Amino acid sequence: MDRNRLQHQVACMRRSLFDQGYLDEPFIQLEELQDDANPNFVQEIVTLFYTNSARLIQNIEHALNSRPIDFNKLDDHMHQFKGSSSSIGAKKVTNECTVFRDYCSAENAEGCSRSFQQVKQEYAILRRKLEVYLQMVRQAAVSQTA
Amino acid sequence: MNSSIGKAYVSTASSSAGWKAGDAAAAADQFPAGLRVLVVDDDPTCLMILEKMLRTCLYDVTKCNRAETALLMLRENKNGFDIVISDVHMPDMDGFKLLEHIGLEMDLPVIMMSADDGKHVVMKGVTHGACDYLIKPVRIEALKNIWQHVVRKRKNEWKDFEQSGSVEEGDRQLKQSDDADYSSSANEGSWKSSKRRKDDGDETDERDDTSTLKKPRVVWSVELHQQFVAAVNQLGIDNAVPKKILELMNVPGLTRENVASHLQKYRLYLRRLSGVSQHQSNLNNSLMSPQGATFGPLSSLNGLDLQTLAATGQLPAQSLATLQAVGLGRPTGKSGIPMPLVDQRNIFSFENPKLRIGEGQQQHVNNNKQMNLLQGIPTTMEPKQLAGLHHTMQSMGNMNMQVASHGSQNSQNNPLLMQIVQPQARGQMINDSSLSHAPRLLSPMGQPILANGIAANVSTKNGIQENIRAPSYNPVLQTSSMSNFPMNHTSELPGNSFPLGSTSGISSLTPKVAFQEDVNSDIKGSMGFMPGYDIFNDLNQHKPQNWELQNIGMTFDVSQHSNILQGNHNDSQSVLVQQGFSSSQVNGQNRSASVISKAMFSVGDGTGHVNAQNGNQHLNTLLVDGTVRVKSETVADATPTNLYPGDDLMSALLKQQDVIAPAEHEFHFDGYSLHNIPE
Repeated sequence: MDRNRLQHQVACMRRSLFDQGYLDEPFIQLEELQDDANPNFVQEIVTLFYTNSARLIQNIEHALNSRPIDFNKLDDHMHQFKGSSSSIGAKKVTNECTVFRDYCSAENAEGCSRSFQQVKQEYAILRRKLEVYLQMVRQAAVSQTA
Repeated sequence: MNSSIGKAYVSTASSSAGWKAGDAAAAADQFPAGLRVLVVDDDPTCLMILEKMLRTCLYDVTKCNRAETALLMLRENKNGFDIVISDVHMPDMDGFKLLEHIGLEMDLPVIMMSADDGKHVVMKGVTHGACDYLIKPVRIEALKNIWQHVVRKRKNEWKDFEQSGSVEEGDRQLKQSDDADYSSSANEGSWKSSKRRKDDGDETDERDDTSTLKKPRVVWSVELHQQFVAAVNQLGIDNAVPKKILELMNVPGLTRENVASHLQKYRLYLRRLSGVSQHQSNLNNSLMSPQGATFGPLSSLNGLDLQTLAATGQLPAQSLATLQAVGLGRPTGKSGIPMPLVDQRNIFSFENPKLRIGEGQQQHVNNNKQMNLLQGIPTTMEPKQLAGLHHTMQSMGNMNMQVASHGSQNSQNNPLLMQIVQPQARGQMINDSSLSHAPRLLSPMGQPILANGIAANVSTKNGIQENIRAPSYNPVLQTSSMSNFPMNHTSELPGNSFPLGSTSGISSLTPKVAFQEDVNSDIKGSMGFMPGYDIFNDLNQHKPQNWELQNIGMTFDVSQHSNILQGNHNDSQSVLVQQGFSSSQVNGQNRSASVISKAMFSVGDGTGHVNAQNGNQHLNTLLVDGTVRVKSETVADATPTNLYPGDDLMSALLKQQDVIAPAEHEFHFDGYSLHNIPE
């Protein structure tokens, strides 16, 4: 059945997201928080995450481009971003953030720059995957009610 | 996991309101459901997740993304929350600072959170008094048990309480109420119902109920804290041990443990103060950060803190002396520090200081110790209140501090009064008002500040009326602002006539005159603080260490105001003379009112007056007989001659002045004497 297949696809994708390390335990917490009272909780949180991340990434860019580089500020911004991404279980993104912060504390501008590219890349990848995944989830939910 | 929780408690997942109003017993059974949690985190994602998690735990959640707002909420509703969860890294205020404030003011259990799990950060949480530290990302399991901190705290408080009373009974209570204890301690509803029972029952029942139910924690009210600080000061910080403090305080029902724990927090607070960076502004921040960071303890600047601060180099020696003098109500000789007038109690506005300002503002004021005093200050001031103005002017410092929160027109000026006061006290109102005259006077930058209030005022005739009223604000404001500044008051501030006075020494002068005008016009929108503030603000800003500036707030020659009002009338000069102001400082210099650079203030100099140094406009502060007079000099454009320039405004003002204080041509504002204080 379509519904079953959809559900199966959703389950598979979800599994791979975890297996490949894109998502982690906190994401499961989010899923569990979703209930009848908040049927779109996960989507809401993820959307909020995107919005917030855009802002934080911009701050980091700005800080990285300023001369001289204020590493404290840079670290602050990244700390925020890391906290945010870890709260939704964005594992790879969070890991890259950690690398960045290490470079930051060493005041290695070059290293910061490079790792920031990684951060942005991982963020972009995760975002794409999540969008696909959540859309599937929505479709499966709709088909269920149908 | 969560889902099961949700299902099991679905029926009880009610609003807190309903819960509280409900049956106490039932509510008790539901504990920890309904626990009132305040969660503070600047990250919206985390905040939302936490809120959902806490709701899933059936807690009554309030979320907040700024520490300042959180403090406001807590202050507004002292018993509205059971526990606070806060992030460590927040843009507007350090989480640990918030933690300290909560500990000192509300004594609620606080849980810190952070993605940072480094040992030293966690340790910091411990030393600052956090009852727990959670590493992000927070799991719901960690939140499920936070109620234990609430129970534990109540139990400890209760124990403290008990120890002062009958131990035996206490033990009995403890044993019996084990189960009921924590259920009720966090359960306001239960407590309330127990209270009802209490009323019906006899004394023993009352005791039982309170002991088993929510034990009211010792609330360190303004008065109580003031007594505490006084005791500590008396003993000397080194010799201040709980037992002695308790004895000195002599407050029935207060236990040594209560004092001990409060003392501990207080020490932490002091340490933090002295550990603050050398920069004055930091000091100011801690003292009166517009963010409302400071509170009661600040007031203890009086001896204890001042010394500490001075010792740590935070305060210039002179400042210290001044502060102490002020705090102790001693004439400082040099500067007629207005502070004394302030009702000292205001300094410790932990709770709701009695603002005479007006009902509306009460809340605001209370919440922000330092700031928002001026909020909603009624703009109606009686002319007779002008008299009290000068008094209030003295407490200008307070005002300034308080003002912080209002973004009145003159944003730039913070009540300067004391350097301590953070220049940023955006005395909104004060700025405005003071700006009207003062700003110009003081702007070291020599910019013709006139702009602000004065310009506006000048045009309005009825400004006069308003100005006059302005003074009345002072008193009001003052009371609220007190909190920040240890004003030693020799006398109770008269109702409302004073607040204004404090706002600006300068304003004191003006009260009779035009300043009011400015004030009012400014006040309209904002607090309507005495213009004088602006002057000070400027001064402060430019020379935070210049204690002399404080005097500025002291007395302003009326004429000066006129000058200011005039905007650039030489007349001011003459007005001064005509008015018979003691300062006769009109020294033939006609300069448009300008801001006087700080250096211009000569404190304690009877005749000395600072001559405007800036080319254009200066505000001379004259210190006569220990009082500060601010005199504005108009730049030598015109010759000062006619007292009443054809300007209607001026005339009106002057006349008004006459009406208000006909006999008074000399406006000395001696911080220590309160005459003409309309009560």
